[in-house]
Amino acid sequence: MLQDKDRIFTNLYGLHDPFLKGALARGDWDNTVAILARGRDAIVQEMKDSGLRGRGGAGFPTGLKWSFMPKQSDRPCYLVVNADESEPGTCKDRDILRHDPHKLVEGCLVAGFAMGATAAYIYIRGEFYNESLTLQHAIDEAYEAGLIGKNACGSGYDMDVFLHRGAGAYICGEETALIESLEGKKGMPRMKPPFPAGVGLYGCPSTVNNVESIAVSPTILRRGAAWFTSLGRPNNTGQKLFCISGHVNKPCNVEEELGIPLRELIEKYAGGVRGGWDNLLAIIPGGASVPLLPKSICDEVLMDFDSLRAVRSGLGTAAVMVMDKSTDVIKAIARLSKFYMHESCGQCTPCREGTGWMWRVMTRMVEGRAAPEEIDTLEQVTKQVEGHTICALGDAAAWPIQGLIRHFRPVMEERIAAYKSRGAKPLPMAAE
Amino acid sequence: MAATNGSAFEQPASFAFDEESEAEIAKIVLRYPPGKQASAVIPALYIAQKQMKRQTGSAWVPVKAMDAVGARLGMAPIRVYEVATFYFMFNTKPIGTYHLQVCTTTPCWLRGSDEVTEACRKETGIKGWGETSADGMFTMTEVECLGACVNAPILQVDDDFYEDMDAEKVTQLLAALRRGERPSPGSMTGRQTSAPEGGPTTLTTLHFAPEG
Repeated sequence: MLQDKDRIFTNLYGLHDPFLKGALARGDWDNTVAILARGRDAIVQEMKDSGLRGRGGAGFPTGLKWSFMPKQSDRPCYLVVNADESEPGTCKDRDILRHDPHKLVEGCLVAGFAMGATAAYIYIRGEFYNESLTLQHAIDEAYEAGLIGKNACGSGYDMDVFLHRGAGAYICGEETALIESLEGKKGMPRMKPPFPAGVGLYGCPSTVNNVESIAVSPTILRRGAAWFTSLGRPNNTGQKLFCISGHVNKPCNVEEELGIPLRELIEKYAGGVRGGWDNLLAIIPGGASVPLLPKSICDEVLMDFDSLRAVRSGLGTAAVMVMDKSTDVIKAIARLSKFYMHESCGQCTPCREGTGWMWRVMTRMVEGRAAPEEIDTLEQVTKQVEGHTICALGDAAAWPIQGLIRHFRPVMEERIAAYKSRGAKPLPMAAE
Repeated sequence: MAATNGSAFEQPASFAFDEESEAEIAKIVLRYPPGKQASAVIPALYIAQKQMKRQTGSAWVPVKAMDAVGARLGMAPIRVYEVATFYFMFNTKPIGTYHLQVCTTTPCWLRGSDEVTEACRKETGIKGWGETSADGMFTMTEVECLGACVNAPILQVDDDFYEDMDAEKVTQLLAALRRGERPSPGSMTGRQTSAPEGGPTTLTTLHFAPEG
């Protein structure tokens, strides 16, 4: 179990001053110039050694990502921070933005320096209006104190940090859609390659990182890779913010080590499942895009990238959505299908048409107004969407349904049988 | 004033940024490299929407305002229309004095967003999503995950999140808004932000240097 002394986000709940004085008291901006003095390569190496995996969902090693930036570039380089937190269930970056903003601003300097960027753009979701005011104030303070801007922290390095608000589009959490949006366009993902490290913002080398990945980096560099790897599990090192929502007694955010058993996480911090552990039906362990897990798997599974992958789900953003036995699980997943339909950018046909189709069929599945073999058709369609789109939104729309069919097929069949027993005629399949 | 349900609304004949808006745009454009001022299109549309709120009491972006954004940033009008219609937070028709945005995505639904929706409907007389109450006070919009899921369900009023809601709290909140009051946002059960009910169970052993 993680001890308070090893927690990075010491103002997670906003009990203390989020601004510069409070941040300094909590150890932020402590001799940042010494970190920069180690040089780019040493910083990137330390981050690689720490094993930090991106906290935005994909889990790509952060240090490795930074190393893709060109050593020399005749064009400007950019750090882009993804604060578009929109994955259903996820509300961890919000706490960093409103309670520990200086961790992020300091992280922008350190990470930006390590990749040769002279400006960082923080793309914050439009709905986080109050959070954007807090963060902007923190940025202004940092400029005034000489921590960023020209000769940041007295290091001789110039680093600008700018805040940019989005306007309500989930797809802008996808890194290339975010870049498009930042350039003033519709948030439609770009084909990769070229990758942003070659051709990113304004056609220049860019790296897009999640808020949490950037905000933890100064602490990792201060305390060292060995400290970070002493926490968590091999290949899943360090600590992580978890968001526990849904049918628990005390929903909350908490910072814990990766690899904590799911059951312990919920019982220790979130007051347990409503009605007790045996009243558990299923859990979505990592944000809406990952397949749900039935209770039998939740009993034992560990909360880290590799353990969840082994049970055909994922850690994603570590947003744990708990559903007790009162839940209509088909309806819960159907609502996610509606979400993906709403948020599809419309660029790729399989996703644009598929998300709508899947939602319409899922709506019938909620009623049971379907033929049993349509469950197979639905699964086939999810497979035709998955992997056939420019970005991962198509995959994300497919996986929750696949998880539902994998673990709750009997419930779907029962629903269909119940509907049929009421004497109603199912629609012909072509109706969709 | 705000359009009522289903009725046609008029696009204003003209729109020009006022002094306050112009000052904000001038500041924001500086964030982007020279020649890349199109990046300011989303901020500029927000500024236009806010100016409409100041001038007409309804926060929305008329076509003429999109044109003004295009002219200011050197963008073809169609590029601005694309952005204004792609992003959900720009209202392309007039809305009520208060914008009630009910999150109904799964985490909020699990915690009772149906109840919040019902209470909003009952208090405002609004039947369908996107409609405005007969008195022009409220517009109700169904929104997707707001990113405050451990404080579900959420009712966002304009820019503020009201968290840990239930039917009774909706009734109280809307009554306060009608009286012209603006209760402070955050958890309506009074808990400390995203900490568990009853107070934090972590970060309890830390002592920082004085913050004075």
